[in-house]
Parts: sequence; C-alpha cells; structure tokens
Amino acid sequence: MKKLLTFLMALTLAPVMAFADAKPKVGLVISTLNNPFFVKLRDGAIKQAKDAGIDLVVLDSQNDSAKELSNVEDLISQKVAAILINPTDSNAVGAAIKLANREKLPVITLDRGAASGTVASHIASDNVAGGKLAGEFIAKALGGKGSVVELEGIAGTSAARDRGKGFNDAMTAARIKVVARQVADFDRAKGLSVMENILQAQPQIDAVFAHNDEMALGALKAIQGSGKKIKVIGFDATDDAVAAVKAGTLAATVAQQPALIGSLGVDTVKAVLAGKTVQKTIAVALQLVTK
Amino acid sequence: MNKDLLARLRPLIGLVLLSVAVALCSSRFLTTSNLLTVLRQTSINVVIATGMTFVILTGGIDLSVGSILAFAGVVMATLLGTEVPLIVSLGLVLLLGAAIGAVTGLVITKGKVQPFIATFAFMTVLRGATLVFSNGTPMPAGDGDDAFAFLGEGYLLDVPVPILLMIAVLAIAYYVLRHTRFGRYVYALGGNEEAARLSGLRTRLIKTAVYGVSGLLAAMAGIISTARLSSATPTAGTGFELDAIAAVVVGGTSLSGGSGRISGTLLGALIIGILNNALNLLNVPSYYQMIAKGVIILIAVLLDRKTES
Repeated sequence: MKKLLTFLMALTLAPVMAFADAKPKVGLVISTLNNPFFVKLRDGAIKQAKDAGIDLVVLDSQNDSAKELSNVEDLISQKVAAILINPTDSNAVGAAIKLANREKLPVITLDRGAASGTVASHIASDNVAGGKLAGEFIAKALGGKGSVVELEGIAGTSAARDRGKGFNDAMTAARIKVVARQVADFDRAKGLSVMENILQAQPQIDAVFAHNDEMALGALKAIQGSGKKIKVIGFDATDDAVAAVKAGTLAATVAQQPALIGSLGVDTVKAVLAGKTVQKTIAVALQLVTK
Repeated sequence: MNKDLLARLRPLIGLVLLSVAVALCSSRFLTTSNLLTVLRQTSINVVIATGMTFVILTGGIDLSVGSILAFAGVVMATLLGTEVPLIVSLGLVLLLGAAIGAVTGLVITKGKVQPFIATFAFMTVLRGATLVFSNGTPMPAGDGDDAFAFLGEGYLLDVPVPILLMIAVLAIAYYVLRHTRFGRYVYALGGNEEAARLSGLRTRLIKTAVYGVSGLLAAMAGIISTARLSSATPTAGTGFELDAIAAVVVGGTSLSGGSGRISGTLLGALIIGILNNALNLLNVPSYYQMIAKGVIILIAVLLDRKTES
C-alpha cells in the first residue's frame, strides 16, 4: 500500500519535476512582423534564446493593441516566467502590462516604452549616441573645421530632440560651427526645399546632418541641383539611404541594431529570472553605415 | 469701382510689403537664383491652390488634395516601372485624379454630404490606400528616365519646368473663370446656389466638375513633386490642403464662395512661399517659425476683412 502511494506520488510529481528541469519559458510579443526592423529584432532574440537556454514563445500583435492584449493573456495562461514586449503603442500597452504585473510576471519593453504599468527594464536605441556618432563622423571628415547645417525632424518629437542633442554636443566638442538649423519635418520634399533655401543663404557649407534619411535624400537633391560638393549624413539606414551610401552620393547614415535589441532583451530577462538587478533603461548602441 | 480695385490690390500690397521687409533683413533674398527657387517651391502649392480656388468659389472646400497628390505619386511611380509609354502614364494619372475628384463631387451632390466631411473621408481613405500601395516605404520613380525627371528638374530657356507648368495652369484657369460659361456658372453657384438652380443652371454637374478640376490639379502636383524628388513618398503632401486653402484665402477669395480671383491665389501662394523661404534664409529657430507663419497669415486675412467692411 505504502509502495503504491509512493509510486502514485512519483507519477504525479514527475511532470512537475520535468518542468523544473526544463528551460524557462519566456514570451516575446512583437508589434508587427510586417516590418523588416522588427523581424530582425525577433531573429536576434530567437538566436540569443537558443544560446541562453530559454524557451521563447513569439507572438505577433499585427500592429493591433487589442491583439497585443490577448497575446499577453495567452502567455499568462501558458504560464510563462516573464514577458518581453515591443508595444504597438506606448499608451495602449498599459493594460497588457498591468495584467502581467498582477500575475507578478516581470515585463521588459523593447524599442518602444510603456506609458503606464511597471517594467523591469526598457531596452531601446540611444538616439543621443546616434546623433553624436554622426557629429563625430562629420568632425573627422572636415578635419575639425568648416560650416555645418542641421536639418531637424518634427519639432517636439523625442527622436528630433535626442538626435539633435547628440549631434550638437559633438559639434560643440569639435568647435565646428552649425551655420543653419532648420526644421524639415522628417519629410523628403521639405528636406529639398529647406535645403534649397539654406543654400541661397549660406555661401559656404561643408556638411549637412539630417535627423532622418528622408530629409537627407531631399537635401541631397537640392545640393546636386546647386552643383556644390557637400557631405550629407542621414539617420535610420533605410534601403534608399543605404543604396545612396553605396553609390557614394550620401556620405553616411546611422543604423539602429534591432537584432542587438532582441538579444539584449533575452540577456536581461535571464538576469531578471536569476534574481539579479538590472538597469531600468538600457541604451543600445548605433552603427555608422559608410561606403 | 474704386473699392473693387482696392480689393484686387490688397494681396499685391501684402506681397510687396513682405518682400521689402525680407529684402531689408537678408541681402540674399533678391537674387535671381533665390527668386527662381521660391517660384519653383511655390509652383506645387499654386497648382493645388488653383483647383482649390474653383472649389472655394462654389462655397465648397477640398481636404483630399494632399492625399490625391501622394496617391498620384505612387501610381505614377508604379507605371514608370512598367512598359507603359510615359505620355500614356501621365494621362492616366491625371485622369485618375480627375475621376477621384468627380466621385467626391458625386458624393457631395448626389449623396448630399457636406464637402468638409466628404473630402475629409476621401483624404483618409486615399492616404491609407497610398500606404497600402507603397507598403509604407518611398518608391523610386524615374531615376534614369530623363523625360520624366525633366518635368520636375528640367529647365526650358533657363526657367525651371515646374514654374512653366504653373504658369500654364494659371493661364488656363484664368481663361476658364473669366471667359467661359463654365467659369461664370462657378461664380453664380457660389454667389447664390438657390438662385443659380432656379435660373436653370445644372448646379450638381457644375459642382461635380469643380471637384474633378481640383482632383486633376492635385494629381498634376503629385506628378511634379514625384519628378522633382525621383521618388514617391507615401506621406507626401501631408498638410498641403491647408497651405492651398491659406493661399486662396490670403489671396482674397471668400470662403463663403462667389467672389475671388485666380491672380489673388497666385499672390497668396507667393506670400506663403516667400515666408517659408525667408524663415529659412534668416535661420529662424523652428519653434518660432510656426508662430511667425500663423501670425502673418492672420494679419493678411484681417487686413482683407477690414477693408471689405
């Protein structure tokens, strides 16, 4: 009888024991997989999870906040140990995160932050560092002197603010003068017309830094029309911009590293599950794309 | 008579005052190359605003022009990638713009929907369609197709082609409004729709046609913009409807319809174009630019109202 009882207990405990042995299960909820940027982020996370011994469940929110919420609910009922989430929208994701908070599941946000709820860490590209990278590239290319123009993104957006700050810090450090600083709203047509106007006003320009590639490509058009030789640096490494860098018309563009965001997410989740303290925000380095 | 002359001169006086002020602040303003730059930049807004003038003269409004511009752009870019001859592609895109405008007009006339709402709906739908069509990324257009690029980048007798296209559009619009029956009907409709209908005018047809003109010209602006950038951007033309409306109103055309001139629209667009150029020339910090733009538009319109009463 006693033997039988032990046997039965062993039988019921076996799956539980097996579970303890198994890899921890972690959910990754991604805003969309229709965008190459997020596909790379996912691939980076999957690769790192394999190496780190984590069972990663990837769910696609298809840019739909309601789908995102039900993805998180599904993960909670699957009893995951933690959730990595790349929100579709910083405000809308709050409900999903609070749900996970109630279950005491650690949450880490990737690329986009969350306006409400508690997260263990937020991992995203460091736009300030990216602006600085572009500024230092210009300083080096100009040999530390010359006149530079800055084309700004939509006034008041964090991308415009941060990229501009990093760039201007680098210009101040290199003692290079920014002769014109004008808004072109991240738009190619505006980049063209604003640059045309600046070319009329400034007799000497050596380099242009644009807060995104669209404005950089517009400015390039204006410069080509003027017949002047001016180095243009963009930001984002879009397909058009990378092609222009390869063709030698665009001097450089700053690329985010989505795969690194994904793999750092997995590393951080592993640290959290091991009970280690992690940084509240983790800034991911950017890369300069040149010919 | 005297009052009418003054009304015609008002936008011109505004333009001259603004030009003098800018010229005093920047020695770079009154150079041939800068003035050609301003004209080329303004040409797209003038083409759109010309269509908008027709619509506003009937007492309507067209918010869909910026979206039609972008949609025409991506369709043009797609056609350029096919074997379709350039001239046919251009015709198709212009026809498409006119057709979209005419459908909007039908919704307004047959469906009895307010122009503001009908064109707002088309503005949203077409922006979405443009994003779907282009998958949200800029499409290369005519890089290497010299004939197409000529429409945006070319010169004829040292004058940029977009400026010549703008002049052609203005001349035709002026002729149509002043010297054709259709033009007189547009004014009559805006002056008093009920009276126009009772005197036997086919008001629905005229209204539908007016939105068709606006759509056609918005598509033409889309072609010029795409040729200029060798690329069709899905977000192109965002906010252009407001620039066009501002040009028409600053140019002295009444938003309630019935009175206004094409020449005023050109002057209004030039005031806005010179303002944008000057803010860049003078390197005005971005946050202040919006304030400056709004205040100057407000002053222009207030002056207009004051002399009217």
